[in-house]
Amino acid sequence: MLAPAVSLEGITRRFGALVANQDVSLELEPGEIHALVGENGAGKTTLMRVLYGLLQPDAGHIAIDGRRVRIRRPADAMRLGLGMVHQHFMLVGPLTVAENIALGREPHGRLGSYGRAAAEREAAALAERFHLRVDPRARIADLPVGAQQRVEILKAVGHGAWVLILDEPTAVLTPQEVDELFEVLRTLRDQGTTIVLITHKLAEVRALARRVTVMRGGRVVGSGDVAELPVERIAELMVGHAIPPPTARRAASAGEPRLEVRGLTVRDDRGLDAVRQVSLTVRAGEIVGIAGVTGNGQDELVECIAGLRPPAAGEVWIAGQRGFSGRAARGPAGRAARQHRAAGLAHIPSDRLHRGLVPEMSLAENLVLGLTRDPALGRGPLLSPRALAARARPLLAGYDVRPPEPGARARQLSGGNQQKLIAARELSRAAPVVLAAHPTRGVDLGAVSLIHRRLLAERDAGRAQLLMSSELSEILTLSDRVLVMFEGRIVHETTPDATDERTLGLAMTGRSRGAGA
Amino acid sequence: MSEQAPPAAAAAARPRPWRGALLAGAGPFLSVALALAVGALFILAIGERPGEIYALMLRESLGTGYGLGQTLFRATPLIFTGLAVALGFRAGLFNIGAEGQITLGALAAALTGVALAAWPWPLLLPACLLAAALAGGLWGALPGALKARFGAHEVINTIMLNFIAFALVSWLGHFVFQPATVRTAAIGPGAELPRLERLWGALHGAPANAALPLALIGAAATFVLLFRTRRGYALRAVGLNAPAAEYGGIAIGATQTLAMALSGAMAGLGGVNFVLGYKHFFEQGFSGGAGFIGIAVALLGRNHPVGVTVAALFFGALAYGGLVINARVPKELVEILQALVILIAICVQGALERMARRLP
Repeated sequence: MLAPAVSLEGITRRFGALVANQDVSLELEPGEIHALVGENGAGKTTLMRVLYGLLQPDAGHIAIDGRRVRIRRPADAMRLGLGMVHQHFMLVGPLTVAENIALGREPHGRLGSYGRAAAEREAAALAERFHLRVDPRARIADLPVGAQQRVEILKAVGHGAWVLILDEPTAVLTPQEVDELFEVLRTLRDQGTTIVLITHKLAEVRALARRVTVMRGGRVVGSGDVAELPVERIAELMVGHAIPPPTARRAASAGEPRLEVRGLTVRDDRGLDAVRQVSLTVRAGEIVGIAGVTGNGQDELVECIAGLRPPAAGEVWIAGQRGFSGRAARGPAGRAARQHRAAGLAHIPSDRLHRGLVPEMSLAENLVLGLTRDPALGRGPLLSPRALAARARPLLAGYDVRPPEPGARARQLSGGNQQKLIAARELSRAAPVVLAAHPTRGVDLGAVSLIHRRLLAERDAGRAQLLMSSELSEILTLSDRVLVMFEGRIVHETTPDATDERTLGLAMTGRSRGAGA
Repeated sequence: MSEQAPPAAAAAARPRPWRGALLAGAGPFLSVALALAVGALFILAIGERPGEIYALMLRESLGTGYGLGQTLFRATPLIFTGLAVALGFRAGLFNIGAEGQITLGALAAALTGVALAAWPWPLLLPACLLAAALAGGLWGALPGALKARFGAHEVINTIMLNFIAFALVSWLGHFVFQPATVRTAAIGPGAELPRLERLWGALHGAPANAALPLALIGAAATFVLLFRTRRGYALRAVGLNAPAAEYGGIAIGATQTLAMALSGAMAGLGGVNFVLGYKHFFEQGFSGGAGFIGIAVALLGRNHPVGVTVAALFFGALAYGGLVINARVPKELVEILQALVILIAICVQGALERMARRLP
């Protein structure tokens, strides 16, 4: 047998008292796709950051191609043939594809100028060799996310990487783009590249990887051939216990309209119409899912309904009250959001650190964001710390927020726990309308199932819910009706039973217009 | 297929918030120590012994009743201006206008004390305090409202309003100053704040006065406002994460305007230490830069009322200690020390916060 392409032996990495990696060993065989799975905080990213030289291990060592090496910084890693495609792309938006690929080792033209033609030739040759479709002259900022990701991959292999680390590469892609990415990765593998795929989507493991390593709590808790491990077993290893099957959807018995949007047009930050003439109704006791590729107006629609972005035209009605009315119509920031919340809107925002939380405030304080007028929280103008803590404790316990310390800062929580914190605040209000944007984005399996159960429980309690998600499986699991948004319009309406991910994926790219529902 | 026992390591993952707080809280003390160490080099450079100079400063500013009284007198306006700057910072605003606000507050208190000189003290004293707070508050609310309404940057506007305040005082001086001076007439006796030596004989001769307890009440009120009221919650939320505050239905503009008005009022009240408690008239240039030093006080005090109070005492002691050692070291040394504390505090604070973040 060949020497392993990469071998990590007994890696331990601590952050203060936290052991992020404890005695972790991992071997990558040449030319394999190896899935590294685990919940948030399991230590996958730490391990890969150690391998890529972004972190130094406290113990253990690394061997590349059978030779023991020290990787002090990413430049060392690149020289050894390691490449990393981060979740957030490291590309320069205004530059072209060729310029981004050449960055750091630009070819020279005459008189020492930048050799544009040479760079473009090189980019085209690389794309050709790995069967990646990209135009070397296109500006990065003009490309869809999937194409940007291909540029990242080209950049890495262009620098000579033969071990490629991908950190949750499919989180930002449409189903079609995911298929294309998988093709690319298979091509790379067939040409001898070793690939580490960090993910917590088990379908991807099944579709791509030959072997899988499962991490939990900083340790490797299992590894083996994907063919020999049922998906359920991998999920159990990740979570540490058996996962209950997803709650069965029940037939919708929707009641009165609770959220009504009529002829809504909303502009984005550049002043362009992002939402165009959208009308929709959500009734009590139903979940309406909105599917769409990111950037087709969903964010602006949600912000407008939440009172955070004024409409250019049209109306929003929440539980029978008109939004953006009176002083909130054109008033300063915050007033419309207050009016909409007071009318009965709960909102899980898509960007938890930007909108949903004040990271430097305590958990107890975050649990009353938007609710501080509640007279139960203190006499008159006062806000009682004791009342805040008393309110927080059952919520933290009920939503399994760890650690359940009312005094801890929200910043100290992992992403999944932050999301549970927001869900706890918004879903405990018993508001008649729930607006949930990406309620489980970047959240581990345990938290996903908890948040899903709570959303369904709220639905059963008669709340009207509008759900936006880039996870089609989430939309299909939870929704009673599904709307597809494309270029600011609702282009398709269906029910989960009458559709599948493929059909929805096509509608999301506008291809079913005319032929659609 | 291999499997290992489930992890025990996760148990060690409980965050310990106090460790981060301890690390961050050590910052001001470390900054002061470092600044004194660097200052010692300057003292060595002019041929004096740092140990002796520091001991002298310490003894004279805190070791005697009179010195303590002088230190407290100098600390009093700094508590007010430090609280003022801290209130702004808590709402995410940098109030550089405390100097203009304290100047107008002092003038307003003096003019009220002169105009209503015949009033009995239970009416006159509150009227003077109110005048100081209103004048400063107005001067703070103005840039706050401009920020809220037009997004005009408060740093620029508070600086500009400082100049306008100074010019305004000079111009008003033509009408209200005593002939050929830069001071007003004396306020009525009912407006005078008693000296603390009447309560505590050890302070005999020192100008520390009842403005100090007022400053402490101000610090307590600021604490309650920030950490125990709904408004204070809104103010902090706006300062820490404005988009989240907006999401929570907090009116950002109104909150910022309110914060700047309170900030200005607090700075304005700082003027009463000199006018009502010491000279009993307004005099141009009285503040000794208390408005600007307030920025350093807030910084060193980490924008917390308790920290601000302690930092104001430190800067008060530094100011008076500097006068005492004037015979042996140039008084610029004290200014260098003040600047060093600020510079080092900024660097140390940043470094410690990064360290604290790296803790789980």
